[in-house]
Amino acid sequence: MATFPKFRTLAGAGVIASAALLAFACAKRPSSGGLISADAAKAVYVAPGQYDEFYAFMSGGFNGQIGVYGLPSGRRLKTIPVFSQYPENGYGYSEETKPMLNTSYGFVPWDDTHHPALSQTNGEDDGRWLFINANNTPRIARIDLTRFETEEILEIPNAGGNHGSPYITQNSEYVMSATRFSVPVPNSDVPISDFKKRFKGQISFIRADQPGKMAIAFQMIVPGFNYDLARAGKGPSNGWVFFSMYNTEQANSLLEVNASQNDKDFVAAVNWKAIEGCAKAGKTKNVAASYVHNFTDEFTRVAKSETVTSVPQFEAKDCPGAIYFLPTPKSPHGADVDPTGEYIVAGGKLASVIPVHSFSKMIKAIEAKAFEGNIDGIPVLKYDATLAGEVKNPGLGPLHTEFDGKGYAYTSFFISSEVVKWKLGTWEVVDRVPTYYSVGHLMIPGGGTMKPNAKYMVAMDKITKDRYLPTGPELTQSAQLYDISGDKMKLLLDFPTEGEPHYAQAIEAKKIKDKQIKFFKLADSKAPHVSRSEKETGISREGKKVHVRMTAIRSHFSPDNIEGVQVGDTVLFHVTNLEQDWDVPHGFAVMGATNGELLIMPGETRTLQWTPKKPGVYPMYCTDFCSALHQEMQGYVRVSPAGSSVALSGVTSRGPQSLPKAEAGPKQQQ
Amino acid sequence: MPKSARILVAVAALLMCAGFVLPLWRVDLVAPQYPEGLGMLIRVNTVVGVKEQDLNSINNLNHYIGMKRIEPDAIPELKYMPAILGVLVVSALGVAALGKRGVLSAWTAAFGAVLAAGLYDYWKWGYEYGHDLDVETAIIKIPDMTYQPPLIGSKQLLNFTATSWPASGGWLLVIATALVAVAVWQSYRRAPISPDRVA
Repeated sequence: MATFPKFRTLAGAGVIASAALLAFACAKRPSSGGLISADAAKAVYVAPGQYDEFYAFMSGGFNGQIGVYGLPSGRRLKTIPVFSQYPENGYGYSEETKPMLNTSYGFVPWDDTHHPALSQTNGEDDGRWLFINANNTPRIARIDLTRFETEEILEIPNAGGNHGSPYITQNSEYVMSATRFSVPVPNSDVPISDFKKRFKGQISFIRADQPGKMAIAFQMIVPGFNYDLARAGKGPSNGWVFFSMYNTEQANSLLEVNASQNDKDFVAAVNWKAIEGCAKAGKTKNVAASYVHNFTDEFTRVAKSETVTSVPQFEAKDCPGAIYFLPTPKSPHGADVDPTGEYIVAGGKLASVIPVHSFSKMIKAIEAKAFEGNIDGIPVLKYDATLAGEVKNPGLGPLHTEFDGKGYAYTSFFISSEVVKWKLGTWEVVDRVPTYYSVGHLMIPGGGTMKPNAKYMVAMDKITKDRYLPTGPELTQSAQLYDISGDKMKLLLDFPTEGEPHYAQAIEAKKIKDKQIKFFKLADSKAPHVSRSEKETGISREGKKVHVRMTAIRSHFSPDNIEGVQVGDTVLFHVTNLEQDWDVPHGFAVMGATNGELLIMPGETRTLQWTPKKPGVYPMYCTDFCSALHQEMQGYVRVSPAGSSVALSGVTSRGPQSLPKAEAGPKQQQ
Repeated sequence: MPKSARILVAVAALLMCAGFVLPLWRVDLVAPQYPEGLGMLIRVNTVVGVKEQDLNSINNLNHYIGMKRIEPDAIPELKYMPAILGVLVVSALGVAALGKRGVLSAWTAAFGAVLAAGLYDYWKWGYEYGHDLDVETAIIKIPDMTYQPPLIGSKQLLNFTATSWPASGGWLLVIATALVAVAVWQSYRRAPISPDRVA
């Protein structure tokens, strides 16, 4: 066995970490990372009216969203709500979008997003979709990049913490999910001290290539370790996925110490093509489970949540050849595959080397059965049999590695707060730059694919003390942009980011920008409560429910005055934006509404539910400054006591005529 | 009529056929809020947006100034124009076939009259839309302001720059007109030199 470092306990690492932070805190801060600032300014300046070269999609971490930024300017373009309610546009508040946040636990209004993954064709980012994981309540979402909207969410059963997710295969066949926290499978009331006996991990492959049809293709039950991150093989290693893991000690308390005992944990090499064979041979069983699949229909734009009641599952040992363990020093975090598909780089959080496995050596080792044992029937390969090389003394706390496609790798070092560039094959360090501070993931556009576009690198920092104007106890998160087009990395720009970005993806803007939907075609709308013109608006009562079908167009609502609502009623405002023009959303809000507002895109119908509690007159208005007469875009709802004789009526802004009654319930489609 | 003149008239007739499929006139509207522009194409039988929703958007914007909606179905000229163009094309082919200079002259005069009437009608149409505003419902009322688009060229109408210009089919009509003019000129120029060739 090769020798490794050194840190016997985490206390050692802790001292080093503190010392490193202290050293940075005391050091005189370079103002521009050693570059002439005018050059850096020129490199990131995007003149007014000009476009950025790249879209960057940065996970929002604990805000449950995705931030969209332009590179190289670092300008924020949009926030896409994914797993969290978003008051700005009513996502998770409107009746049409609430089902997106449904889970087997009920409505979950928040999550923690970590790793965006762009869809790929032939190992290259294709700009169709973006996937991202929910770490807390295990889910994977698909975002459609013609609308920049979350259109699909699949829950992952038998998972606890969906962290190793949703890395994607080179033709978008699958995205993966690996459990961070092993849990009882199926989940049940067991003593936590029974961890080793009762807790299991799972690795799931989710069919990803068709919108609306995300489904678990197969779920492999694996030993109860902590599965961390992953990357799909590519080129020669296409068909494999590599997962890092820690806590092979199977500790269940004080993991900080108890899961840092083993000199080596593992990278799991999983052969999904072999698993497809096993599934075809009938080795997977449909096991009872309960999880949801949420999907927004393209034409109704209404999300539906459906419960799935079984999962195709198998035990790792029942599909020989499905999985091998590659010993890897110490608590590896990233498991990153280079663009050629040959090298698998592991970032051992506490290791003093960066170990690199060779895919071709691994295949030979499997053929030669160079095993040092097995765990629950899973062969453990010999470290030396798969090792391509080690980068010696690269820094402290290696985490994640990205690639430039020119034979170099870039690894982030959390503890020593730096990025180290090194050469694949010779394992020599060729350059290093500081980060400010405590860098997590790195991102190079296409850096995880077969075709990186390695002009820039973004480092995502966890700590930004003294880098920005302070803002109380919590400081902004930050990204740093480096020019990596030359031999030496050059810091160009710091820019604040929302939430805590973990990973990010970036893609050439030209692959996305011309595919944007500018508005939804009213003529194609199949929304159940659509009003395609002011003539189709209406108001009706079904017991205690009042349906108001309204339209919004610059600069009025129709109807704009509503009477006959009673205390105890639930009012459903179905508001259709009649505009058929780009960038003209209308908002809708009612005084005292306890949920939120609507932001309705052109041609879209959105529903706000409102339960008035007291008699009175309630103003309603458009919340999005839509036109010169936006302030005039308003109306009133009169609420009478229960049992009042005030007739239900709506008055259009075009005159005092009463509205026709809406048919009860959703309109029938022909 | 010399042979070349007959060919020119026949070619002009064929070019005029393009008017059935290509737009005749184009009005573009650009404003700070519409850097990508809104536009209308006037075809022989209808008015459409340059982009699918442009006419709808123009109509929606026009409600601010109390302008009538532009409804192609309610414009009677658009119903006669295909027939008029058809008659012009067929009669031009007839002129080319007959090859008589006098007939050509008469046809040219009629053609010129139709073009002039068409332009006048288009101007009148613009005048009526631009002046006949519903002051009751108009939101923006500026004393003495009217919104007649230019017959040809550019004009500032509030925040919009309106530009009116022949479209591809219109340019082909212009070329057809030029060909007919050349044919007339050839017919009369060559007449004294070789009177035997004039029927």
